[in-house]
Amino acid sequence: MSLKRIDLLICCGSGCISAGSLKVKERFLELLTEKGITSEVNIIETGCMGPCDYGPVIVVYPEGIFYKSVKPEDVEEIVTEHFLKGRPVKRLMLKEEEKLVASQKEIPFYQKQVKVALANCGFINPESMEEYIATGGYEALGTVLTTMNPQQVIDVIKASGLRGRGGGGFPTHIKWQLVHDLESEEKYIICNGDEGDPGAFMDRSVLEGDPHRIIEGMMIGAYAIGATKGFFYIRAEYPLAIKRIRNALKQAKEAGLMGDNIFGSNFSFDAEVRTGAGAFVCGEETALIQSIQGERGNPTPKPPYPAVKGLWDKPTVVNNVETFANVPTILMKGADWFASMGTETSKGTKVFALTGDVNNTGLVEVPMGITLRELIFDVGGGMANGHEFKAVQLGGPSGGCLTREHLDVPVDYETLKERGAMMGSGGVIVMNDQKCMVNVAKFFIGFCMDESCGKCSPCRLGLKHMYNILDRITKGEGKEGDLEELQNLGETISKISLCGLGQTAPNPVLSTIRYFREEYESHIRDHSCQTKVCTDLFHFMIDKDRCIGCSLCARKCPVSCISGSREDKYTISQTECIKCGNCQDVCPVKAIDRIPGMHPDVQKQLLEKQNTITEEE
Amino acid sequence: MKTLADLKKIREKAQEEMKLRDGKVRIKIVVGMGTSGIAMGARDVMKTFLEEISNRNLTDVLVTQTGEKGLSSMEPVVDVIEEGKPKVTYGNMTPEKARRVVVEHIVNGRVVSDYVVATGD
Repeated sequence: MSLKRIDLLICCGSGCISAGSLKVKERFLELLTEKGITSEVNIIETGCMGPCDYGPVIVVYPEGIFYKSVKPEDVEEIVTEHFLKGRPVKRLMLKEEEKLVASQKEIPFYQKQVKVALANCGFINPESMEEYIATGGYEALGTVLTTMNPQQVIDVIKASGLRGRGGGGFPTHIKWQLVHDLESEEKYIICNGDEGDPGAFMDRSVLEGDPHRIIEGMMIGAYAIGATKGFFYIRAEYPLAIKRIRNALKQAKEAGLMGDNIFGSNFSFDAEVRTGAGAFVCGEETALIQSIQGERGNPTPKPPYPAVKGLWDKPTVVNNVETFANVPTILMKGADWFASMGTETSKGTKVFALTGDVNNTGLVEVPMGITLRELIFDVGGGMANGHEFKAVQLGGPSGGCLTREHLDVPVDYETLKERGAMMGSGGVIVMNDQKCMVNVAKFFIGFCMDESCGKCSPCRLGLKHMYNILDRITKGEGKEGDLEELQNLGETISKISLCGLGQTAPNPVLSTIRYFREEYESHIRDHSCQTKVCTDLFHFMIDKDRCIGCSLCARKCPVSCISGSREDKYTISQTECIKCGNCQDVCPVKAIDRIPGMHPDVQKQLLEKQNTITEEE
Repeated sequence: MKTLADLKKIREKAQEEMKLRDGKVRIKIVVGMGTSGIAMGARDVMKTFLEEISNRNLTDVLVTQTGEKGLSSMEPVVDVIEEGKPKVTYGNMTPEKARRVVVEHIVNGRVVSDYVVATGD
């Protein structure tokens, strides 16, 4: 093999693949062959590098030059200019305030980040076990198996303060200790990769980008609790994650890193992948266990906790993907190192999936205790398209909204909970001032309503009822007392639902009522959606001073509700308008505006309709 | 794989393959690959460096490239950058000269003064 002089890292996380990174890779292969330099360049497919918004992204070493939004037609320029002549293609590099950002390390997006779970994501080839080993992989496992007893492992995890990264934030060492202390012929360890929050892709990225790390973390956990069998429960919507974990398991077994007497010790371990059918509730540990057993994915009452009576009634530990990803590094670098990051009660780092109306959407890992402002404005690069920040939804449909006044709140488990949000698995949805909070709440409740398994009535019926009220409010049919009923229902559902899904589902509604009450009130009392999102609560108006009478709007209206002439200009018949927005799109002089609030004509019609209904009754 | 020593062996070999990415090397050979450098045969010089270093299994040396260096009359130009030592610039390079630089400078640490056109930054 001849010496390579260039390492070309192409991001092949799901985000960049859908943006076309595989086509870019094909084009590189073609051109390198054409130019006869295939022997000089190493092409490496990596997992997610993080800045998904810039996808497809590639990094060229040794310089570490970062190229963004690379299309197949850009490849020729990169090969002839950069690879052959050593002149990086400035056009494709990131510009920050007119300054060219040369290497990946200089990008502001990366500067506040501390990568532990994501250390190798986007840096190594996830399908190569050797590359993982090169970064120190499996050394923690080897050291643990040859020099430590299970209790010592648990003590290290306890000292590190590691807490579950899946949402609840339960201390990892307590789960491990419980199972460790129980006598049983068979114990199980499960990796929960059933990530289902809208807008969350942390676990997927780690599974795709560094599968061996999770396997190693799981095996260390298995040794600590005395399990010999593990399951990766990954949803079927994550085909690439499943493929890469399966590939990594095969490699580990072939190399003897998994199997009997690992590292010459008495510890034997085997693991396999189970795919989930994509039900949100299966991320709940008891439902997940049912699903692995081949039953319908319904949660079961706790206690007994899985630690006591779990998979096939045996003691079982269920940990999140990211929790496992932290374990090898904690054992290599020590508990003190891990505990030195973060806050009093929340140690280490957390991976977040930053989405919504921010500039740098993508995958980030920051120390616990960072403020929301740093997370959104420094790492996230601020709001996109010059809009104002309005709210941020943390923790997906189980979490809650926080507002501008919370921007300086440190991100840790307790602080977020006090403010009505939660860490959740780490989805961060940033919203600008164009978003209607009632609609947002309706979306999340609608999601949980669809995903409710139906086993317990508070969740099955209560969420549906909450959804109906919100739906009425967004249609201008809200009543006085609706908010109180929503709050009452929400609190009751939280208290008496069987599992985490129902217990947390009302959070988005409760937190938006808490922080955006006036917005709900204007929907109910004034029949007006100030953000012009709820179609029934705004209307289109043609400004006669600006209208040039071209008739384009009238011709494009699908329900022919616009009439007029060149002289009289055009008007919309409000009662027939379906708010499709065509007229606004086609108007050449931008004479059509969205006005918040129901039009008086429509309101009158609505009242008449309600009156006839009451009379008939 | 049964021991930590086995793991270490794999690790060292794999790290070798990934050294371009960590940037920790003893010597960097930077070949000027501007238009005039290429016209004067910089590609062959670079290829020779790559081959020689690979054949000798020198694990701590990295070959890379740069654009025009402004010494057009002396192309191909090659910089040898060693940690803690002044940069050495060789000019008018050929594949034969490149082989000599590898043997004398890279392996034995003696600068080939015949070809040097500049030293220091």
